[in-house]
This record gives sequence, C-alpha cells and structure tokens, in this order.
Amino acid sequence: MRSETLAALQEARTRRQAVTLATRLSDGAEGLIYRDMANGTLAEDPAVVSAARHAMEIGRSETVDIGGQKIFLNVYVPPPRLIIVGAVHIAQSLAPMATMLEFDVTVVDPRGAWATANRFPGVKVIQDWADEAFQAMGLDASTAVVTLTHDPKLDDPALESALKSDAFYIGALGSRRTHAKRRERLGEVGITDEMFSRIHGPVGLNIGAKSPAEIAVSILGQIIEVRARCLEALSAPKVAAA
Amino acid sequence: MSDALEVLDQVGKWKASGKGVAVATVITTWGSSPRPVGSQLGVDDSGQMVGSVSGGCIEGAVVQEALAAIKDGQPRLLDFGVTDEQAWDVGLACGGKVQVFVEKVS
Repeated sequence: MRSETLAALQEARTRRQAVTLATRLSDGAEGLIYRDMANGTLAEDPAVVSAARHAMEIGRSETVDIGGQKIFLNVYVPPPRLIIVGAVHIAQSLAPMATMLEFDVTVVDPRGAWATANRFPGVKVIQDWADEAFQAMGLDASTAVVTLTHDPKLDDPALESALKSDAFYIGALGSRRTHAKRRERLGEVGITDEMFSRIHGPVGLNIGAKSPAEIAVSILGQIIEVRARCLEALSAPKVAAA
Repeated sequence: MSDALEVLDQVGKWKASGKGVAVATVITTWGSSPRPVGSQLGVDDSGQMVGSVSGGCIEGAVVQEALAAIKDGQPRLLDFGVTDEQAWDVGLACGGKVQVFVEKVS
C-alpha cells in the first residue's frame, strides 16, 4: 500500500465519504474508487471501477477475478453515527458503550451545565439545540438518533428534524403514555402517524432494563438489530427491474 | 478500537515516525472464521501489532511474514486453515480457513 493511499483513506473517513481500495494481488497495484471519481493504476480499468462501486453499494469487501487477475476490493464506509440528544445520566452510559461498538458518537444539549466535555470524555459534545446541530451535521442513512431529555421543548424539535432525514434509527425515551402525548404534539406540527411510526418508543429492547447502564444496553441492542436488518436488506440479491 | 481505519491511523503514525510498516488484510474466508473479510493487522518493523486478522490464532505467523515484507518489499498471499500442514502451529481452532494479503506500506 502506498503512503498516499493511506492518507486518502484517512481523509475519506474524516469527510464521511465511502471509498473502495482495489488491490491487484499479484503485484500490489492499487486504485481508489469513490462514488463520483476514481484514481490510481487500477482506476483505468472500467471493469474494476464498476466492481468496486458495486462492492461499495452492498457494503461488502471481496476478492474478484477480473481479466484473469485477482483483485481485492476493500470497502471503507464511514462508521455509523449515534447522536444522543440530552447530556443526561443515561447518555453518560450510552456514549462510552456506543464508542466501544465503533459508533461515531455526538452528544447534543443546549444546556451548558449538562453539555460539558468532562461529563463525556472522548466523544463530541455540542452545546446547541438539536434541530440546529442536525442541520450543521447533515443526518445520513448511517446515522442513529436517540432523544433522552424527557423535555418536549428539547426532544420534540429533535424528533421532528430527525423524522425528515434519512436516519436509519430514531428512538425516544419515555413511557407509552409519554409517547402517546408526543404523537399528539408532533401531529400538530404536521408529523403524520406514518412518519411517527419510525420512532422507536418506548426506546430500546424490552429486557427489563432499570439502571442507566442497562437502559443503554437495551437501546444499543435495538440499534444493532435495526442496523443489521438494514445491511441485510442492502446486500440481498436484487430482482432485476423489468 | 479495532475498526479498520483506526488500524490505518496507527499505521500512518508509525510510517510518519520513520518506521518500516506492513499491513495484513483478510481477503477471503471459508467456513467459520473469527474476523470478516477486510479485517486488518498493522505491523511495524519491531513487531508491534495493531488490529487483528483472527482471534489470535494466526497473528504470530502473519507478523513473521509482515517483517519479511518490510525487508524485501514484496507482497505476500498467505493461506491458513485446518488443511494446512502447519495446522498444529498456526491452525484455526474454529476449523475455518482464511487467506491473508500482506504488503509493505511504501
């Protein structure tokens, strides 16, 4: 691997950009293939570029045979992102556990006393209203959002904004009663029942979680489950369109 | 953690500090194997490791090949599995087979 290739892979991650590194196993020749561009020796072969984009699409690294040469396609997709709204006690368990699961974690809370770096070592902390922070971050299909504040004036705008994005998971802490009231409030700002049904609430798998750490496990269990289903659906063989 | 790009971050740091470095990547798996295709192990010229290509079963052998690749600059394709004659030394306890590509960072 060339040092330039290494630097390009790191840059792609910083920009949350998917890339496939193609390597010819006989001599180590390389090509970097992005969604909208490609460079390096192997990028000159359209068959390699097309195989690399397919691998990226289904999110799976693999060795392929192209023109009698074995080419390894290594897909680098940005890590999934978890945005936690509410720098509360549960968030203090959720953030480090999600980091361990290789999520790129951001905690958002407009309240200065809560959103401090020393309450959340090692993760990004943004002191701002969630809807404004979301706009700056851009929620993509590899983003999960969880609201934990219990306070409608903090949670509702976050959920409203998340529901209008491609986020693969949206969860909201609160009892069934709280969730029913939430449905009414969000209905008044134009969130239909169909849109609302994307929210996992009460949040998390039903494992009888009580403590903040247990609740964090139940939330992460559910996020892992939903994500695995999404990835499975992506890699399933597609029926050719008529 | 062990995310492939974090392995490459460490590899980049070693390289920037002037060390010889190699990267080993799982490129094919058959049957049950502990780490998926694309998993990487970075090795520096003193034998330090970051990441993993198995549950610890073959890292020792991979590091030896990585050190050789750092010396001669040639990429290598390694096969490990129960049918390997070195099965007792570097076999996979899970009974799977893996193919690992080792290359120097130039």
